[in-house]
Amino acid sequence: MEITANWYLILSAVLFSIGVVGLLIRRNPLVMFMCVELMLNAVNLSFVTFSNALNDVGGQVAVFFVLVVAAAEVVVGLAVIVAIMRRRPTATADDLSVLAG
Amino acid sequence: MVDIIVFVVSAAIILTGAIGVIAARNPVHSALMLVMTLFGVAVQFVAQEAHFLAAVQVIVYAGAIVILFLFVIMLLGVDKAEELDVGRLTAQRPMAFLAGAGVLASVLVSLLAGDESITGAREVGRAIIGGEDEADFRQIGRLLFTDYVLAFELTAILLTIAVVGAVMLARRVRGEAVDADTYLPEQARRRRIRETPVLLRTPVVETSDDMAEANSGGGE
Amino acid sequence: MSLTSLLAFTEAPAEIVTSPVDDLVFLIPLFPLLGFVALLIGGRKLGEPMAGWLATAACGGAFAMTLVVFAELVSRDYTQRSINQTLFEWVPAGEFSVDIGFLADPLSIAMALFITGVGTLIHLYSIGYMHGDVNFSKFFLYLNLFVAAMLLLILGDNLLLTFLGWEGVGACSYFLISFWFTKDANATAGKKAFVTNRIGDWGFMVGIFATFFTFGTINYVDLTDGAMEGVAQSTITAISVLFFIGAIGKSAQLPLYVWLPDAMAGPTPVSALIHAATMVTSGVYLMTRLNPFLAASADWVPSMIAWVGVGTALFAATIAVAQNDIKKVLAYSTVSQLGYMFLAVGVGAYTGAIFHMITHAFFKALLFLGSGSVIHGMHDEQDMRKMGGLKKFMPITAATFIVGWLAIAGVPPFSGFWSKDEILVFAWNENPGLYVVGLITALLTAFYMSRQVFMTFFGEPRFAHSGSEAAHGVEGHGEAGEMAEVGAGGAAGELAESSAGGAGTALATTSAAVATMDADPGDGDHADHHGDDHAHAGDPHESPWTMFVPLIVLSIAAIVAGGLNLPFTKDLHFLEHWLEPVIHENEAKLGFKGGTKWVLALIAIAAGAIGMMAAAAVYLKGRVDPAKIELPVLAKGWGLDAAFSSFMGGPGRWLFAFLAWFDANVIDGIVNGTAALTSGGGSLLRRFQTGYLRNYAFGLSIGAIATVAYFISRTAL
Repeated sequence: MEITANWYLILSAVLFSIGVVGLLIRRNPLVMFMCVELMLNAVNLSFVTFSNALNDVGGQVAVFFVLVVAAAEVVVGLAVIVAIMRRRPTATADDLSVLAG
Repeated sequence: MVDIIVFVVSAAIILTGAIGVIAARNPVHSALMLVMTLFGVAVQFVAQEAHFLAAVQVIVYAGAIVILFLFVIMLLGVDKAEELDVGRLTAQRPMAFLAGAGVLASVLVSLLAGDESITGAREVGRAIIGGEDEADFRQIGRLLFTDYVLAFELTAILLTIAVVGAVMLARRVRGEAVDADTYLPEQARRRRIRETPVLLRTPVVETSDDMAEANSGGGE
Repeated sequence: MSLTSLLAFTEAPAEIVTSPVDDLVFLIPLFPLLGFVALLIGGRKLGEPMAGWLATAACGGAFAMTLVVFAELVSRDYTQRSINQTLFEWVPAGEFSVDIGFLADPLSIAMALFITGVGTLIHLYSIGYMHGDVNFSKFFLYLNLFVAAMLLLILGDNLLLTFLGWEGVGACSYFLISFWFTKDANATAGKKAFVTNRIGDWGFMVGIFATFFTFGTINYVDLTDGAMEGVAQSTITAISVLFFIGAIGKSAQLPLYVWLPDAMAGPTPVSALIHAATMVTSGVYLMTRLNPFLAASADWVPSMIAWVGVGTALFAATIAVAQNDIKKVLAYSTVSQLGYMFLAVGVGAYTGAIFHMITHAFFKALLFLGSGSVIHGMHDEQDMRKMGGLKKFMPITAATFIVGWLAIAGVPPFSGFWSKDEILVFAWNENPGLYVVGLITALLTAFYMSRQVFMTFFGEPRFAHSGSEAAHGVEGHGEAGEMAEVGAGGAAGELAESSAGGAGTALATTSAAVATMDADPGDGDHADHHGDDHAHAGDPHESPWTMFVPLIVLSIAAIVAGGLNLPFTKDLHFLEHWLEPVIHENEAKLGFKGGTKWVLALIAIAAGAIGMMAAAAVYLKGRVDPAKIELPVLAKGWGLDAAFSSFMGGPGRWLFAFLAWFDANVIDGIVNGTAALTSGGGSLLRRFQTGYLRNYAFGLSIGAIATVAYFISRTAL
């Protein structure tokens, strides 16, 4: 038996789905953020897989950019969370619903 | 055979970590589980000849991002157990699993569609050349500074902006404005928080007890 | 740049002259505007008479500025007499760009000169006339605003700016007609003027749209004869007719003249300034300014203008014969004279039109101010049947009024003769039919004006006046005595007026008693001195100096203004030479020799003489019963006004009711329905905005699934 690209891609799909479920069921904004990281990793994994399978290094470059943007996003996102948490230390994502129409 | 073992083990690590992230009651545990997943992904990168990315994955993700998460958790003192009940959105959990299943199904269907390409993507012909001289990071570097140089520079600007924005967002402003309409001095006193404004609409009265309790447990 | 295009018809494109005055044109309308603003802010504080003096100074400043610009233009070479100053871009909208810019060329400056000049005099006059009015400063505020708007109309370098002034003078006209708005009739007259003018404004507006659509510009300097080339004649004809509709409304021609006689409800200085000298002539100005349009449109357009003009002239003159209100006669006379100006425009005698406009401004302002003086002296009596013999009581008013009468009746060498004669000569040149109607009108004009003068100033007094005439001893006073008379008499009369104006029961004796006590400190000793004479203030009296000085100045102008364009030799055609850069080739040329001219002039003189003699026979000698001439149908203005009302009250009303229904249900229904739809849709959609982050995340994942599902389905099918 040989490990084909499909194995990696299925793993990536499962990882992504776990991230989705986590994002939807957790209420702690920090954990929700981690779930987003999970999904990004799933995508990165599929990028590398395709890069390897299609013999194209462009996929790896895409991963590089995803990493950079993820880093920037985490920095800003965490700063937002800090700003919120400083005012309301116990807030969950559900408590922050002031934008309700 | 070795590669199967590597794959299975790393996949197990990844999935265990991922489930751990979404299932752990304590955010610190979630963060540690996330590190586990990231390491598993790094292993799979290596398995697919992406050595540079594997290294970056460990250094940036595990080394920087997760550490940042932990910093924030410790700084805010929210490293207490979160009740995993459904909360206010009662239908959210079944719908979440439904959505997860939907995503999984749609991706799997597109994978198993066979030879037909779902998105119409084709290789673009930047072949990975084996050998010592043409290591993957060499090729990535060449691409970054030729074809993707504009995007690369833009990410530099993006990072700068992100840093500045983070500083602006997170810094403590002296005499921070308090929205008088929403500031509830009663609750603030009960929670023994001085000069910490309550943000806008506070939770309904029934949860305020929990929060006060949780807060005192968290330690200021 | 624009200067050269304006002068494109000249042979050698001379170099552009610049001078510091180029940048000062905007000051002309700015002065009265500043006066308006100052009065708006501090008018009530200033009170009487400072508010009036401020307004007069503002208008005088504009006059001085106009003189400066005029002197600059005169000093220039004939081809360079145009200053185009652009202040800033007003409406930048794609290709459509309108500047706040002023065009000082011979036409606009000629008009600005008499507008500011006559305007200043009327401001001065108003200080006396409006004495004691509760809204004294408000009156001058409106007057200043009017002058500013009128100057904007004249000096604006594009149609839109002219339209702005056009609407501005219309609004001021409305304010001033219904100045004494507590009386229902005055308010109604104001509304009538406003609504009737709107009909004309419609034509003007659509004309502007059509001009821009056709030529891509609304700047006068670009709308030259050259611009007309290559444009379909039917288009230009349509535009000309639209502008003519605008001019009809503003200049009170048939059939839209009905508002002007009613506009006499306003204070008399307003009638003089707005409804005789300036505003009503803006239609003639517009036609003159747009002479390239008329020249390039179909031949029937100028003919139509001429016939409408001469028709209005005759029509209004017949009505004027039967009017008994001193101001109504002058109002119909104004309509008639404006008809002459349109006749002149129609036959291509633009110079004649402007010439008559200027002389008319002088003598009609003079007549109106004189009638105001009479009304003032008669304590608000306007009915000529209750006057008579006033020349003994009001010598200065009478003398100046007689000058105005001779001018309008066409007696040489008074100014009216020259301008009217020029128009009639050109009318003969165009069509003898026009000439004959114009001549009959001239005869009628002489008749009704003579009738007015005879009824007012000559004959036996028909009002109840106490004491014998000898007791007055007004005639033969020395100068000082006359002044004193004026001072005390003016104060007494005005108080009587203000105390009893509305009630209409002037209790003369009591007012007089108050007046002697309350006379101005400066006039105090005079008042004492002449106290005996004025024990009976019910008698007519001469007006204060602020009122008769303008009368004297205007009467001098009415005598000599004919010198602007004497017909004897080419060298004496000052006005024609002056206006040539604006009108240039579109001025009609006479097709006959000088001899015919003299014959026509003699006929005109004869007609005037016949009219005056007829009037003398009827009203001085009493040989014919006036009732035979003053037919009721004429007094009612041929019933045209009533016909309008009955149409609008009858069939018209159904249309209005339908339109109101349509507006309330269909138009409002669409608007309200749109609003209801939007707000309903919004409140439906707002339910999706729960504010819960996780709900949004769920929406995102559903979207992601749907996207992938779409791609899958596309491949599978």
